[in-house]
Amino acid sequence: MNSIIIDGMSFTLPLFIIAVGGIYSERSGVTNLALEGFLGAGGFFGALFVAFTSSWFAASSQAPMYFAIAISMLGGALYAMLHAVLCIHFKANQVISGVVVNIIAMALTDFLTSQINAQVFGASSDRFVLSVSNRVTIPVLSSIPVLGAFFTDVYPYEFIIIVVAIAAWYLLYKTTFGMRLRACGDNPHAVDAAGADVAKIRYIAIAISGALSGLGGICFAYSIYSSYSASIYTGYGYLAIAALIFGNWKILPTFWACVLFGFARSGGYKIVQVLGMPSTYSDLIMILPYVLTLLLLIFFSKNNQAPRALGDIYDKGKR
Amino acid sequence: MKKKSNHLKAALLAVMGDEKRQNITVPLLEVLFGLLAGAVIFLILGKNPLQAFNAFLQGCGISAKANYAGGKGMFTDFMGYLDNWTPMLFAALSVAVAFKAGLFNIGVSGQMLMAGFTAMVTVGYSPLPAIVAKPLVIIIGIVVGALVGALIGYLKYRFNINEVVSSIMLNYIFQYVLSFFIFTFFINPLTRQSQAISDASRLTLQNVMIAGYKTVIPLGFVLAVIAVAVMHYLIHHTKFGYELKAVGLNPKASKYAGINVRRNILFAMMLSGALAGLAGVTYYLGYLGSIQPRVLSTVGFDSIAISLLGNSNPIGIVFASFLITVITKGSTYMSSSIGVDQQIGSVITGLMLLFAACGAYVRHRLRISRMELEEQKKEEKKEGNEKKEGQS
Repeated sequence: MNSIIIDGMSFTLPLFIIAVGGIYSERSGVTNLALEGFLGAGGFFGALFVAFTSSWFAASSQAPMYFAIAISMLGGALYAMLHAVLCIHFKANQVISGVVVNIIAMALTDFLTSQINAQVFGASSDRFVLSVSNRVTIPVLSSIPVLGAFFTDVYPYEFIIIVVAIAAWYLLYKTTFGMRLRACGDNPHAVDAAGADVAKIRYIAIAISGALSGLGGICFAYSIYSSYSASIYTGYGYLAIAALIFGNWKILPTFWACVLFGFARSGGYKIVQVLGMPSTYSDLIMILPYVLTLLLLIFFSKNNQAPRALGDIYDKGKR
Repeated sequence: MKKKSNHLKAALLAVMGDEKRQNITVPLLEVLFGLLAGAVIFLILGKNPLQAFNAFLQGCGISAKANYAGGKGMFTDFMGYLDNWTPMLFAALSVAVAFKAGLFNIGVSGQMLMAGFTAMVTVGYSPLPAIVAKPLVIIIGIVVGALVGALIGYLKYRFNINEVVSSIMLNYIFQYVLSFFIFTFFINPLTRQSQAISDASRLTLQNVMIAGYKTVIPLGFVLAVIAVAVMHYLIHHTKFGYELKAVGLNPKASKYAGINVRRNILFAMMLSGALAGLAGVTYYLGYLGSIQPRVLSTVGFDSIAISLLGNSNPIGIVFASFLITVITKGSTYMSSSIGVDQQIGSVITGLMLLFAACGAYVRHRLRISRMELEEQKKEEKKEGNEKKEGQS
């Protein structure tokens, strides 16, 4: 049971913060299928930093991870500008732009990872090795029966994600900027009439989206793979999109959707382990989150209320 | 100064042509930018871009290599290229049909895999003679693909599930479930692929001797050419195609005009899935002859690029897929002869896609500057007329 909770939470939280990124973009009215690309590109920048600076730090030092997280957020925001420019400035179809941004991220990070390994480090490898993250067990709380597992063997990034998520929640629901951002998704003309700059708000929203996705991406790289390679593109970005649709574009319900995905996955792995099934059966477990996604979407898509101006290209002249 | 920029604008407009010609010139521009960006990457890596691009062509039997192994020649490479081109054509048509109806079929890879796997286990491992097996493989490809497409279409119109999300989910489900079955029942422990299918069921004839060259004959290519013609007719000359395009352009207006939007979405996805299924059988039971577990083919993603570059027009797709296949297929030989990582192929394709995504904007800007220019001409004429009137 403990391992289900521990593994479940370490998967849930990165997925959740990526989904929050998606919420930011979509609530501002820009369809965002590019989360997959954002998380990969953001993670790439973080891992690149670790690869270049590994000699600066002691082998057991945890400092590179925190730097990597910060740089992944910056890198994710930077890469997200590609989607923003395509959607806002070039008025491209937002669905196409999202997929194109994903494809470019996959091609480019894969290419650059092996190129940099070959040219700079003289190694023929398609991955950047990251250090193994240490884990924290909170003394008193962890000894609570059952629930104590939530405080056992916690990755440090989980705390960062919780803090960032609360900040993101506050920004979206409790500030003027957040209100305007949400208004941009429902009625951009009203925002324009009220004197705010729709394009600027959307640029910022997509940048936040990229930063949060980058954060989630580097966390996946640390927790699941302990390295960065093209295998980071396993569709978790799309899973996050499903979670936010299921969560009705609201932050708290989306969290519960992510919890469901996380626990379905860790629970499935546990079952394979307990029953002693051969490792090929893990392939069947891998599909659990995806099947769940489809089923949930079937039951919940109908009643969902997407932002009204989602996907519309904003044209000032139409006001 | 303004006059000069006007001349530039006029020259640019003259080159890009009217809206009909822009269907050709804008994609050409996108390709050109993509190739230029690729050339820059080669230069940064210290390679000669021309030599590199030539290596792409050499790998596809379009440009001659320095020397060939015994029994092989340019012809061998070119037939191998056709073998690779066939699934690309089908897959791109699949994306294009969905696109015409305003749908984005990003699940081509999954549909290919499902169709290929079904055909493999039912016919590929059976002792059926070639005359029965080959048509059966094609029929299974069409049916399975259409069923998967119908499922996506059904989810879209019944439950309002975005087809991009549902088809990606299906991609992963197929990928893992089928790799489970392959690993458990059909694995060849030496190659780490599924067991090879029977020669009778394979859609590409292997090791045929033609004019002293050992070569392959991709039977599916004939079918692909027919498919292009049929799709062209269907989209541009039938009521079905007209309704499809209307739904894609404006579902609400189509509804008011009495078009059954839901049925059209379902049909479009079925047709798209059937074409993806054909891509699947020509890829796995033609080009490869086996299935590698846990891997989705990149054909599905390349076909998006092709469809965008080709304006979702069947004829445009022929040219676009020709080019993209040169990049993907040729990258293997380029990598071995020039020594640049093979992935640069997908980088170049990605960059072309990036420019293709801006295509609509380019057209929009061209239209605006044309209008501005005409406006200006009118004004100048008016001024000229007023002057004349003043003189008289």
